[in-house]
Amino acid sequence: MTMLTAQKPSSDAAPVARRAGPPLLRVENLSREFGGVLAIGDLSFTVAAGDIHSIIGPNGAGKTTLFNLVTGVYKPSGGRVLFDGADVSGQAPYKLAARGMSRSFQNLQIFFNMTALENVMVGRHLHLDTRLLPALFRFPSLVRKDSEARDRAAQLMADVGLSRYLGADADSMPYGALKRLEIARALASEPKMLLLDEPAAGLNATESREIDAVIKTVAASGVTIILVEHDMKMVMGISDHITALNHGRKLAEGTPAEVAANPDVIAAYLGAAP
Amino acid sequence: MNRILHGRLTGLAVLGAIIAVLPVFLTNNFYLDVAILAGFNAVVCVGLNLLIGYAGQISLGHAGFFGIGAYASGVLVGVYGWPPIAALLAGAVFVGVLAFAVAKPILRLKGHYLAMATLGIGIIVSIVLRTESGLTGGPDGMMVEPFKIFGVELYGEKVWYWVVGVLLFVVVWLSLNLIDSPMGRALRAVHGSEVAAEVVGVDTARFKVMVFVLSAVFASVAGSLFAHYAGLITPAKADFFKSIELVTMVVFGGMASTFGAVVGAVVLTLLPQALTVFQDYQQIVLGAILMATMVFMPKGLLPTLAGFLPSRRRA
Repeated sequence: MTMLTAQKPSSDAAPVARRAGPPLLRVENLSREFGGVLAIGDLSFTVAAGDIHSIIGPNGAGKTTLFNLVTGVYKPSGGRVLFDGADVSGQAPYKLAARGMSRSFQNLQIFFNMTALENVMVGRHLHLDTRLLPALFRFPSLVRKDSEARDRAAQLMADVGLSRYLGADADSMPYGALKRLEIARALASEPKMLLLDEPAAGLNATESREIDAVIKTVAASGVTIILVEHDMKMVMGISDHITALNHGRKLAEGTPAEVAANPDVIAAYLGAAP
Repeated sequence: MNRILHGRLTGLAVLGAIIAVLPVFLTNNFYLDVAILAGFNAVVCVGLNLLIGYAGQISLGHAGFFGIGAYASGVLVGVYGWPPIAALLAGAVFVGVLAFAVAKPILRLKGHYLAMATLGIGIIVSIVLRTESGLTGGPDGMMVEPFKIFGVELYGEKVWYWVVGVLLFVVVWLSLNLIDSPMGRALRAVHGSEVAAEVVGVDTARFKVMVFVLSAVFASVAGSLFAHYAGLITPAKADFFKSIELVTMVVFGGMASTFGAVVGAVVLTLLPQALTVFQDYQQIVLGAILMATMVFMPKGLLPTLAGFLPSRRRA
């Protein structure tokens, strides 16, 4: 409660610099059940191009399920997901990635069998020659583009503050660095929309502020961001728009100020009687 | 970039030097024969390592693909009079199509389904080879004619040593190239985290199928050439125990290490020769090696040894 109201931003603190564009993502009547239990029910909302759009809600509200539905990891039981004007409901994640959607994970999904730099280079997959024969015989064009990808990956690592881990094996890196490595890898695919699932979870205050700055920089470069995060200070500070979920349904939406003042949201977080 | 390039070329140079110098020490045909067998196993293991070590998928039927290649050459050349090179290619194409047909539906699933399916293929191949005695000679095996190409007949251990040496060198070179490429990274990413690979655009099912087909074709080509070298092939070369032996070589030598696969193949080919007293217990010894490797050096021999070096760089 105190977190929500204390961080209610004044109008000049809200990021008004970016202009809300036409919707990049439209979720229509989306639902998903697991063995009769409704994880997401009849959920509709839109995300404007260029926005930082946060999804909040108590544990078990369905935030990660929503991410998995939008990015194709789960198939919806009902409803539609429209991305960039096309119905992409139930499409495989790699196809959505080709359309310009990428994400990070709440529980780290790092390629621990590779170096940090190689992790980010995998993010360049869609922009490289991934055929078998050019790889087997090292076609010069493949080698050249691969070398460019290496430089680009190194630049992205620098952008998220991981320069010192350029040569490191991923399995030797600390947790906070791996969180940022996931963001760098997702950015390497040049997404139009980036979904971040609790990027600040488990980080200390300093690391949280660094992630916060990274997200703002990415958004400023024109990438639409959907953010799931429990750190309300971060959410209220950087979001343009917030959708609040509870028990898989939409509880409230609006600007951070509107959502923070919404009595239903306050009740859901505090468990107050209606 | 330079370091990786450097590492690849250094390793290749060392391998080339060993292959070139080794005949000096192989003073009789028995030694040469063992070296040739090690070479054939190494070719199969380098391919199998792409699947197991890099892409993280298990095949328990690679001896089946080796056997299909061997018998394709034996039957097509011996019974139907095909030129050996045409038989070799036909065997490789057939194995490629078979591997694709099996892997395509299976690899969409996660988990150990591929291991089970390949186990099934290996057993079916072995049964067919034993029972179709009209073509294959049944359990006793069949004689295979020598390899002839452009009127030249490959004959004798000395000639075959160089054939296998060059083949191994080329296969290692191709494997190293593949791993240090976008497709190679995609394969390793599949091993690391399938869902993370997918969300940056990697069609994981497609790459799993491709590497499975590629490794099966490597085994088939090695099988064809082996059949011509040995002159006699038996279904035992295609059975389940041979498949396990190949997996053990890869795991023992070092998963996700091309040179490790070579070392594993060489060591485990030599070992039975050195420990002939254990002949009756070969499967037990093999099983014990597999278990000990998993417990004491899960990364395998070569990566574990490399870990002790001051300038640590994986092979």
